[in-house]
Amino acid sequence: MEGSANLIGLGLAAIGPGVGIGLIFAAFISGVARQPEAQSRLQSIAILGFVLAEALYIITLALAFVLPL
Amino acid sequence: MSLTASITATAVTAADDSGFHAPGPGSFELPPVFEVAGFGVTKPMLLLVLSAVIVVWFGIATSRNASMVPGRLQYVGESAYGFIRNTIGRDNIGSEHFLKYVPYLFTLFTFILVNNYFGLIPFVQYPTMSRIGFVAPLAVISWLVFIGSGIWKHGALGYLKHATMPSGIKGPILIVLIPLEFFSNILVRPFTLSLRLFGNMFAGHLLLILFATGGAALIVSGNVFYGGVGVLAYVMGIGVSFLELLVMFLQAYVFTLLSAMYIGEALADEH
Repeated sequence: MEGSANLIGLGLAAIGPGVGIGLIFAAFISGVARQPEAQSRLQSIAILGFVLAEALYIITLALAFVLPL
Repeated sequence: MSLTASITATAVTAADDSGFHAPGPGSFELPPVFEVAGFGVTKPMLLLVLSAVIVVWFGIATSRNASMVPGRLQYVGESAYGFIRNTIGRDNIGSEHFLKYVPYLFTLFTFILVNNYFGLIPFVQYPTMSRIGFVAPLAVISWLVFIGSGIWKHGALGYLKHATMPSGIKGPILIVLIPLEFFSNILVRPFTLSLRLFGNMFAGHLLLILFATGGAALIVSGNVFYGGVGVLAYVMGIGVSFLELLVMFLQAYVFTLLSAMYIGEALADEH
């Protein structure tokens, strides 16, 4: 077996943002289901939340390749 | 996810005998196409120039011969422009100043979009934005634009106060809050902007390389079961390509959206 322990950490780091993104879009979907006319307003907020949650993982991804182990 | 993991694991075990090398950051470092006075010109550099040409052509072709009843090309250009102008520009910057920033936002969006989609066009297949050297200047330009517009609106000290002091908070808590706000509102933004775009393009392209080369290595390995998994890897690769189609658009959109949001925040009045 070859590889870097960084990649295990990378996999673990995907859990948090994964849960977060799921929650964000669940809230978005139920919001739109209750009030369909608010979709365009909710969409940009949902995408902003998605992006912020995803940023955590992307930073980890960059660090996993940058930091040697 | 376990499916992906098992494919990767098999790809790694098959690596020993068939000379398969797992893709890594080295997969993005291509040899120079040609050299000019000892300076190697690589594929991403050429693609960057090509993308600029495409964006300029798109701008000219869709606005030349503009008529009251738009033709097909003009319609495409106008709906793209309208999308940036209304959804990104006006909603985030505010109806007072947004028109000044629409040309910048439109250029940013189309430029990033074309560069991202280079990752999926056959024979090109290299998202330029997967090299951080091309992304960082874009983030720095966005940073300069929003800092500059804040200074233009509030003055240098006024902007510093506007960006670092949350309104309605008084007392000793400000000693903690001001450095924190300065850090998050001014220092970190260009880094997160560039890392997000870079990271998404890098990861997506890495995934595509993994499925393509790993699938090929499994199919030619000679073992029937490995071959079956290799075919599965190709199917997964096609699925990931469709995901990338979405992600590439979303990242261009998000980069422009965040730039517009930062500008809008810098221009906002005290309240």
